[in-house]
Order: sequence, then C-alpha cells, then structure tokens
Amino acid sequence: MRSKNTTPLIAALSVAAAATLILTGCNEASAAKPAGFTPQQMADGLFVVMSSDRAVYTKQVVNRLQNEEKVIKASEHWQDEKGLPLPAQMFRMGAETVAGKNPGFTYSLLSLWPINKQNAPKTEAEIAGLKFISDNKGTTNYYTEEVLGGQKYYTAVYADVAVSAACVKCHNNHDDSPKTDFALNDVMGGVVIRLPLK
Amino acid sequence: MAPKQKWLWCAWIALTLSLAVIATTYSFGPGRQWLLPGKTTHGHYQIELSCDACHTPWLGVAEKACQNCHAAELKAADDSHPKSKFTDPRNADRLRLVKADDCVVCHREHLPEQTRSMGITMPMDYCYHCHQQTLTDRPSHKDFGFETCATAGCHNYHDNTALYENFLLRHANEPDVTRAPQTPALNLLATLIEEGAFTPRPALTSEDPDGPASATLNAEGLSEWLGTAHAQAGVNCTDCHEQPDGPNLPKRWVDKPDHAACAVCHATEQSGFLSGKHGMRLSKNLPAMTPQQARQPMKPKAAHVELTCVSCHGAHGFNTGSAAVDACLSCHNDAHSLAYKSSGHFTLWLAEASGDAPPGSGVSCATCHMPREQTESRGQQLVHVQHNQNANLRPNEKMIRSVCLNCHGLGFSLDALADTALIGTNFIGRPSLHIESIDLALRRQMTLKKTKPETSK
Ligand code: HEC
Repeated sequence: MRSKNTTPLIAALSVAAAATLILTGCNEASAAKPAGFTPQQMADGLFVVMSSDRAVYTKQVVNRLQNEEKVIKASEHWQDEKGLPLPAQMFRMGAETVAGKNPGFTYSLLSLWPINKQNAPKTEAEIAGLKFISDNKGTTNYYTEEVLGGQKYYTAVYADVAVSAACVKCHNNHDDSPKTDFALNDVMGGVVIRLPLK
Repeated sequence: MAPKQKWLWCAWIALTLSLAVIATTYSFGPGRQWLLPGKTTHGHYQIELSCDACHTPWLGVAEKACQNCHAAELKAADDSHPKSKFTDPRNADRLRLVKADDCVVCHREHLPEQTRSMGITMPMDYCYHCHQQTLTDRPSHKDFGFETCATAGCHNYHDNTALYENFLLRHANEPDVTRAPQTPALNLLATLIEEGAFTPRPALTSEDPDGPASATLNAEGLSEWLGTAHAQAGVNCTDCHEQPDGPNLPKRWVDKPDHAACAVCHATEQSGFLSGKHGMRLSKNLPAMTPQQARQPMKPKAAHVELTCVSCHGAHGFNTGSAAVDACLSCHNDAHSLAYKSSGHFTLWLAEASGDAPPGSGVSCATCHMPREQTESRGQQLVHVQHNQNANLRPNEKMIRSVCLNCHGLGFSLDALADTALIGTNFIGRPSLHIESIDLALRRQMTLKKTKPETSK
C-alpha cells in the first residue's frame, strides 16, 4: 500500500486560504477605497506564506523527525520508502493541488540547474528572472509581465538559497543534478509566482 | 401556391419530422445504436447505449464524464500527467501542441480505424512534443524513436509506479522467483465488527433459517449455506432476502436479491464490480452483461448468463475458491484462460486446494486478475478482493506491483508481461524477449559512479 500523506494538502490549503484572504482583502479594500493590493504586494504576500510554510515544514517536520529525533527519513521516494516528502516535493505537490483548485494564480519552484527536468525554466520571463536573482545573489526579487497563451500575467521570481549544508550536499550528489558545485548561500533556484492581469 | 413552393413546403415538413424522429430515437428509443457514430472502444462498448454516461444533451462530452469513472484509478496510479500539470500557464505553448488537459484529445471515442491499444487515438510519438530533451539528457536513449517510449516495460503516460528509475534500481538483479505465493487472508467480518457496522452473532444451524414458509431452501442449498462464512457469522435468510424497495421504504422479502443487497456488507467489492467489465452495465442501469455481448471468446453455453454477484459466487454457497477459478472458466474461452489448467500457477492452486500446501499459496485466475488489496476503510485496514478485473489489466505493467512482485522478481515480470505469446500460453515456459529498462538504469548508475566518486543514496 502506498502511504497517504495529508501534509501536502494542508500546505496547499494554507496557501489557498492565505490567497483567498489576500484576494478578499483586496476586494474589500477596493470597495472601501480605490487603492487595493498591487500585483507586487499580492505576489509578495503569497511568497511570504509559501516560504514560511516551507521553512516550518523543513524545520518542524523534516529536521526534527529526521535529524533530531531520528524517527523517520525524508526521501525523494517517500511513498515507497515510507518516509517524508522532501521540502521541494512538498512544495510542488502543494502547487499542483492549488492548480487543481484553479484559484487564478499559479506558482512553482524552478531552477537553471534542475534535478527534475520539469522544473527547468520555460518562458523567457522565467529564464531572465532566474538569471537575474542568481546574478544578484538573491538580494533582489525579479518582477515582470508576460503574455502566455494570449493571457497577460504579472510574474514574480524570488530566490531560493542554499540555507543549509543539506541543500548543497543532496543536490551536488544527486544523480540527476546537472550542477555539482553548489556552495552554501548560493542561489539554487527560484519561486515563480504568476498572477493573471486584466 | 406555385407547385415549386408547395414542393418546398412538403420537403421542409418531411425534413423537420424526420429530424424530430431521429432526435427522439436517439435520446430515448431502442434504435439509438443505429445512431452511434462509429464502433465504440472495448472499454466503453458495454455502456454505449447509455449515451448520457459520457455525453451532454447536445452531444458534447461532459467535463466530468471521464473523471466520474476513472479519477480513483488515476489517483491510485499517482498519475504522471495530471490535468493540473497542463493548466499551468507556463505550459501554454505545449498545450497548444497537445491539448493534454483534456482526456478526449488522446482518447477519442467511436473512431475504430484510429484507435490503438489503451484506447489511444493519437499518433504514438506524442511524447515528442514535451520530452525532446531526454535524447540529450540520456545518451542511452538517443537512438530511440518517440513512437517507442510507451513500449511494454518502458514508460506509461499515466502509471509509472513500477517503472520509474529508482524502482528499477531497487529491484535490479532479483531472481525470477523471489518467494512462494502468500495471499493475505480476508478480514471483512473483523473490520465490520471493529467499525461497529456489524454486531457479532452466534453461528447458525439448520434449525435457524428465518425465511418465510413460501421460500424454504432445498437440502442442497441449505447445506451450502450452512458451510458459508455467512452462516458462521450468523447472517440469516432475511439479512439478504429482505430488502427495501427504495430509500426509507420498509423491507420486504425478495426471492432474488441483487448486488445492492450484497453491498450492505460488501460495499468495496461492489464498487469494484460495478467499475469493471463484469458490472459496468449495471452501474448505468442497463440490463446485466452477458457473455454473448463480450468481444472476447466466450463459451457458447454460457452465452446468456447474466453477470451479477451470484453468477460467480452462487446463490447460497459463496465458495470463494470456485469463484476464483471455476466461475471464470465457465465463461472465458480464450487461449490464456484455456491454458491456465496446464500452468504452474494452477499446479500451486491444486496443491492448496488438496491441502498439500498452506492456505494462500495457490495462484488462481483471481490471484492475478482480482487480487487481494489492502485499503483503508473508515480507519481500518481492510483486506478485500479488487472486483474490478480491469483495474490492473491494461497496460499490464499495472499488475507488477499488485500481483507479480509478490512472488517474482521485477526483471522477470517485465519480460514476461511484454511477451504476448507467453501470456497466450498462460506463462508456460520462459519469456522469449528481454526488456532493457533495468539494464539501462544500472548502466547509467555505473557511469555516474565513475564520474562522481561520492554518490548520495
Ligand atoms: C535529500 C535531498 C534534497 C535536499 C536536502 C534538498 N533538495 Fe532540493 N530537490 C531535491 C529533489 C529530489 C528535487 C526535485 C523535486 C521534484 O521532483 O520536483 C529538488 C528540487 C529543488 C528545486 C527545484 C529545481 C530542481 O532541482 O528540480 C530547488 C530550487 C531546490 N530543490 C532547492 C533546494 C534548497 C534551497 C534546499 C535546502 C533548503 C534543498 N533543495 C534541499 C532534493 C533535495
């Protein structure tokens, strides 16, 4: 039997809930006074929720259970190995669950050096954004607009930094990683958030 | 009125009338099969006259039609290409090439000339549109044609649970036979009691049947029933034979209870049965399936048997042993079925039946086609029989995890399942071909080890 894990759902729901709050807030604000959230504020807000959820999962679930209490391992093949999903997988499952609910915005964790080739940048904005945050060592976010499938989007890219030795070690040693010389504090990839514009 | 005008009026009225007749027949009448636009695929032909199972009144395909029946199995297979992958705007350019967010783009119905195995109506090189990078990322793949990606034992579009690289590596170098078969014991009664859905009762004796005088069971039926788990668990005549005519209606005696009566306790089994080829017609309120309607070879004498729970399980005996072999072979007449009794699997089955081998060590038709599965049911781990015979049938790699690997190594399983001739003889002999998947994974691992002295894992 494959293990069922509700954590991705919880993560997805909290992101969705935060987004709904922001969106509702946005509507109410615009009803009360014309100034609502700008796309950038909206994207930044979503990113804060996502990165906080990811940090909490990494610290309170993965690090605690795997490294401190040593009761369960996080593993890329978590279903078959009956372990915890990796934070990046958790993030992607959350993004896919959110996409299944079609809340309007989408997000993903991408990299110029992806382990999972589906996490490679595809659009021009993604490529430019990932290069930009990497060149700037993650100090500045990247914001742009792009048209995909006839729809205009506000696209924001936030750096994902190698905050611990574990990031570096695992990616450098992974069979599918095209880059093997990541160092601590390197930008390893980025979170891309896309909001549809009128 | 000018003669020409009159003629036009007549033609118009005739046309309107005939369109009305056609529309009515199409929607309600028995003649709707004449209006099928083309031969329906093997997966859907049984319910083809239940047009609204898939279609909207205006002949579109209902958005949820595919999901209604297939969502659960896609979820179980950890679908490699869920719709949510394609609705992401970053895939908009790919979606322009293949509208992969819509099932019917690859699986169009009523197009027999265009339909390949698995009901695919796309040219077989569809992977090309998104996965060209693979040819450079994987040097071993550089000479492979895109029409061969979905070849047996390599990749599937939806279910790759037994084919992904890490799985291949973990099961590399396994022997052909890894262990003796061991079918887990069923635990429905214990689960129902645990759930509070059934209160334990004393076993029943020949004095206890509580049916009305008008419906007494003959001696043979009585002795069959006394031997069942039903009688042992205190399940009496009226438990099955007294059924309500509808929700919230009082119960009354029915001589021949239908599958709904069984579902009171056997809900999981029923839902599998209604999803598979044996019961799908009942699920759409069509008359039961009969072997006569099958597209596979069936025994002529079984042509008119109506498939319900009791057609395989018997009305009172409910012998799971005969339901697992005899029932199947009483209808199925294809080479694979006919060869079963000469197979090694059947030898194991006979040994178990005669008591020479332990319970659960035989391999019946059901061991592979209706395997025992463990699922969570209301908080309990229920071991039940998957009654949807189609759930692991196509592509047959679906059988690897749920069935083959219980006794066989992965390499042997991949080879055997890819060998259609061997399947025809019901696995008498050895696979005559070899699937390279595990070799490729091992070779890549070796190359990577050489370039990277310190590998993770
Ligand atoms: C135990 C191994 C492991 C660790 C530790 C790990 N990752 Fe990953 N990471 C992966 C795998 C595997 C994927 C691919 C997941 C998928 O299938 O989408 C991935 C994906 C990513 C991606 C998306 C691009 C890609 O490579 O597919 C980024 C960015 C990323 N990780 C950054 C990090 C950062 C930053 C850390 C530390 C905070 C980290 N990873 C820790 C294994 C790991």
